[in-house]
Amino acid sequence: MYPKMYLYKRIVQSRLFIDSHYAEAIDLDNIADEALFSRFHFIRLFSSIFGQTPHQYLTSLRIEKSKELLRAGESVSSTCFAVGFESLGSFTSLFKRRTGQNPSLYRRQMMEREDTIKQNPLHFIPGCFAEQKGWKNSNFEEMKAC
Amino acid sequence: MITKMNHVSIFVLNQDSAYDFYVNKLGFKVHTDAAMGPGMRWLTVCPPGQPELEITLMAIDEGMMFKGEAAAQMRDLVKKGTFGFGVFECDDLKATYEELKAKGVEFKKPPTKEFYGYEALFLDDSGNWFSLGERSKTTS
Repeated sequence: MYPKMYLYKRIVQSRLFIDSHYAEAIDLDNIADEALFSRFHFIRLFSSIFGQTPHQYLTSLRIEKSKELLRAGESVSSTCFAVGFESLGSFTSLFKRRTGQNPSLYRRQMMEREDTIKQNPLHFIPGCFAEQKGWKNSNFEEMKAC
Repeated sequence: MITKMNHVSIFVLNQDSAYDFYVNKLGFKVHTDAAMGPGMRWLTVCPPGQPELEITLMAIDEGMMFKGEAAAQMRDLVKKGTFGFGVFECDDLKATYEELKAKGVEFKKPPTKEFYGYEALFLDDSGNWFSLGERSKTTS
């Protein structure tokens, strides 16, 4: 086994805490306290293990979760607050900086893709698999009729 | 000339449960989740750092792909842990091991030093097993 496994456990626990509380107002100082590290030591260890600071990780996670909600059709404003951002302006600019698109455009494109999958799922499946599984247009025509 | 692989299949016992395992526990991203008709579903996921490789979570159901007793035999073999479908890679094996264990992933082998580097083995919710290593140690 690796040496210093207990250190990893504590840092990993702090990341799991962020994973389950990302939507709340997380105080990263408190996480360092919970993990029994000084703030500096905590950030250094977290960064060396995960390649980003706790704050960067929290922001990335919130953006990823916001993409899931937008894909599911949530509005931009409810998504913003649901993942823990406190201002629509900062969410929109951060989202655009990270993904290259503003949230409303991303939402529209993803919803259009979902619609296309529903209308024409065979376009998203390699033909050989569809053929082997006996999937053809009539399968989902039948489903639409249900 | 073949240039890359873009789809690979993993046979699973239940697609809902596999979705939970691969998405909520392993952190993979859903690429396509398409209903193909009553009881038929095309579900593919991607490792977060490899969006161009779709892993198809293929249900083992009797039909065109598995005929007669083959589906039951395949399910039995998967449950028994017969199949190892590949090697996953992470940046930090110790941290990933602790994270996945905390999320309830079952490990057959904790991070262990082998002659080729550190490696762990885990099982998915169906019984398929995978090796997990660190980039520098799996490629050196």
